[in-house]
Amino acid sequence: MLRYIGKRLLMMVITLWVIVTLTFILMVTIPGSPFNSERGTNEAVQANLEAHYNLDKPYIVQYVLYLKSIVTFDFGPSIKQPSQTVNEMLGRGFPISFELGIITIIVAVLSGVTLGVFAALKHNQIIDYVAMGFAVLGISIPNFVLATLLIQQLAVNIEWFPVARWLSPAHMILPVTALATGPMAIIARLTRSTMLEVLTQDYIKMARAKGLAPWKIICKHALRNALMPVVTIMGTLLAGILTGTFVIEKIFAVPGMGKYFVESINQRDYPVIMGTTVFYSAFLIVMLFLVDIAYGILDPRIKLHKKGGRE
Amino acid sequence: MKINVTDQTGKKPTSHTEIPDEWFSWKERDTKALETVSRPSLSYWKDAWRRLLKNKLAMTGLVFLILLTIFAIFAPILSPYEVNKQNLPDQYQPPSSQHWFGTDNGGRDVFTRTWYGARISLFVGLMAALIDFTIGIIYGGLSGYKGGRTDSMMMRIIEVLYGLPYLLVVILLLVVLGPSLGTIILALTVTGWVGMARIVRGQVLQIKNYEFVLASRSFGAKTARIIRKNLLPNTMGPIIVQMTLTVPSAIFAEAFLSFLGLGIQAPFASWGVMANDSLGAILSGHWWTLFFPAFFISFTMFAFNVLGDGLQDALDPKLRK
Repeated sequence: MLRYIGKRLLMMVITLWVIVTLTFILMVTIPGSPFNSERGTNEAVQANLEAHYNLDKPYIVQYVLYLKSIVTFDFGPSIKQPSQTVNEMLGRGFPISFELGIITIIVAVLSGVTLGVFAALKHNQIIDYVAMGFAVLGISIPNFVLATLLIQQLAVNIEWFPVARWLSPAHMILPVTALATGPMAIIARLTRSTMLEVLTQDYIKMARAKGLAPWKIICKHALRNALMPVVTIMGTLLAGILTGTFVIEKIFAVPGMGKYFVESINQRDYPVIMGTTVFYSAFLIVMLFLVDIAYGILDPRIKLHKKGGRE
Repeated sequence: MKINVTDQTGKKPTSHTEIPDEWFSWKERDTKALETVSRPSLSYWKDAWRRLLKNKLAMTGLVFLILLTIFAIFAPILSPYEVNKQNLPDQYQPPSSQHWFGTDNGGRDVFTRTWYGARISLFVGLMAALIDFTIGIIYGGLSGYKGGRTDSMMMRIIEVLYGLPYLLVVILLLVVLGPSLGTIILALTVTGWVGMARIVRGQVLQIKNYEFVLASRSFGAKTARIIRKNLLPNTMGPIIVQMTLTVPSAIFAEAFLSFLGLGIQAPFASWGVMANDSLGAILSGHWWTLFFPAFFISFTMFAFNVLGDGLQDALDPKLRK
């Protein structure tokens, strides 16, 4: 177990290094200095600015400085809004995005598992068909389309929910629904198929023969085993939800990290783009790592040191 | 007629009833009839196709995609409207006999733009799937076939790439390379091929130990030939399924990026651009500007997803649930 964790930890550090190096190479490749604006800065001023940001040094020195700044978690200032640092933006935006993400995951897992279990229990009956039809639709409709449809129908037409912003629980319902539907559909389909498989196992028959209450069989014996594949895809789902927050925050004007990120893309504010990307990637990679470890702990059948992770 | 029956106490049978021989007659053995094949033999592909035909949902998807392709090719040519030409007096016309899907904020015909967007989406989806396929089978095939040290080296690289967040890398690349059709496809395939390579490797690893591969090698076939002639045809099932599922994810990614302003640039039409443009419009009730691109993105992804599911069932009946 420890050996496996060590190996995965090493892998994680390499992945992080790759993304950081990739960001650096891309940043250096961008033609022109970040201070070439249309207004045309004074040459001396520009030289000063470049010296201030170490841009006059050779690439290798810049690279080391960049690595250092990443390790010390300092992403530098925004170019377009010099009064703000990327860290400040992260500090302000991330808690909100995190809140949105966490609520979304909880909603997606709870509703997805419930839907999947019901579909499996009523296999080939109306409930099954309705649930799976719903799931296929959920997978097919992109979250930004769903978000706009929700706004138009539920916020503009019948005014049940506020159109945008992030102030009260009522403001959360639409963005969370839009963001959670896709992952929910994937979880529901997966839970259904593994649940169907588990329900035919001998130990379920055994439990039934012993006369256990149906709900006890489902919750204690079937669901526990059926949920393992759901744990394995949590990493992928997290990545989807995270990138999903970009558009959802843009549409609902939620002042989270995604909004800053999209703005920085539109303004080509490179330090913010790079800083956010590195931050998000690190966050995701660490999450993937944790999911893998959790999987190893939850499922004793897997011999971690033999197989290389999720397969 | 009575046959030996053991009674419940387990004692030996008490009586036998003889069956007279004349009750039996000898039937001539027709050796020719035994050898005839009563039904035409079905190849693997024919069999899979037959199973796919029975799957109504998958066939709906297939028919929709064929129609979509035909319309995407011909509708923009036959339409009297130009795709990108603005005509402000006609702004936000509701759907009518002149503008079947209405007009958008620039007075452009949504019908024409929708089919033009279909071209972009299908092109991006198919190209991404094709490039993933090419790189994936070469890399995965080599890795799986060579095995040993080469394999574990190649797999380490894959593991690192697999850990990279897909859309974030794509966004990063597009910011630097600048948005255009070519760079979108490039960005989508830079890490996209990893999934395909993993699947091909897994399959090749399994198949390469079969006797027919050994036979081929003992006849002196070279690595490239074995991969091409023996291994790949037998891994085609999962590969095709993976390709069918790559297309909708690429279409989604294109729409997503266009929606963020990183994809196809306005005034050129893609479904993502159209959805993004109509964000403000639907608040003022011009629903058609969003409805049609949104409907076609969703339905195309739906069609590819159900077709992929159907193909999976058809090509690998063992996995059927």
